[in-house]
Amino acid sequence: MNADELTDIEQDALAEIANMGVSRAANSLRQMVGEQVLLSVPAVKIVTRRAASKLVERNNAKKLVAVQQSFEGPFAGRALLIFPEAQSLELVRSIVGDEHSLEDVIDLEQEALAETGNIILNGCLATIANVLHRTMRMSLPSIVRGDGATLFEVDQTSSGGQFVLFLYIDFNIKKRNVHGFIALLMDLPSIAALKDIVNDFIRGIEKQPSGHVG
Amino acid sequence: MPYKVLVVDDSKLARMVMASALRRIRPEWILIETSNADEALAAVDTADIALIDFNMPGTDGLELVARIRNTYPAMPVAVVSANVQNEIIGRARELNAGFIPKPLTDESLAAFLSGATLRMKKAAP
Repeated sequence: MNADELTDIEQDALAEIANMGVSRAANSLRQMVGEQVLLSVPAVKIVTRRAASKLVERNNAKKLVAVQQSFEGPFAGRALLIFPEAQSLELVRSIVGDEHSLEDVIDLEQEALAETGNIILNGCLATIANVLHRTMRMSLPSIVRGDGATLFEVDQTSSGGQFVLFLYIDFNIKKRNVHGFIALLMDLPSIAALKDIVNDFIRGIEKQPSGHVG
Repeated sequence: MPYKVLVVDDSKLARMVMASALRRIRPEWILIETSNADEALAAVDTADIALIDFNMPGTDGLELVARIRNTYPAMPVAVVSANVQNEIIGRARELNAGFIPKPLTDESLAAFLSGATLRMKKAAP
């Protein structure tokens, strides 16, 4: 087995761990907007950066906004909260409340996006770190606007063909007609470290007495 | 007695959320808003309680708590963060600080403030 391939059980474990992180993130978003947030099943893939950027653009306008945070520790990468740019103000409005005027919402947009991303991505990453019994450092949030290639730095690093572990999940705020993704991107050296950690996690589950699994 | 609450968070939105929760829970209390550790250290002498974000540019929230502890070993302080890693919560505990997860809820803030009030009343002569 190559270092850059995941076995079925590793893939399954990663999706499950991601699911725990993202569920916490969805719960945070739900508390912030006060409405139900629907989630898709998480997808875990090893793809090129370019292919990942295309997956994000699928079914979406090409103009995207993302709040991104990099993380490092036993494995490193970036976490992004992504949605179509046209929905950014609606998302902010759903968080700060409908009583604010459009001018106020526009004023607050950057602030609100950064803090929302911070809460959602931190919650997601911290949960994953706790599940794996590891510690991760996270950067301050920053905002990126552009197409999928800009978000995933396909062009500037000429690393479009480079393989990454791409983990994503769709979210949908039903009543607000706001949808987006939470995506995690990890480069290959990180994937090897992550595989070791995931295998520790799997062994930990196997050691549990029967009846406690799942 | 109305207490003074020092809020330290680089995000204006986060400070708005905190201010609005405090208005609902303890409408008579006074809020001192700061956006980084330096401003917070300059204002801490006038505060009774501190609520501190973890992830801030420059000095992070845990370092700030450690510095406040040098001068105010008993001040009720909570770290407020979405970074719910066991390590972060553990370090807050070691500094004798509470931990309030983001998104902030009225329940979690009210619980911390009630505990803080009790401790300050006990300590007062």
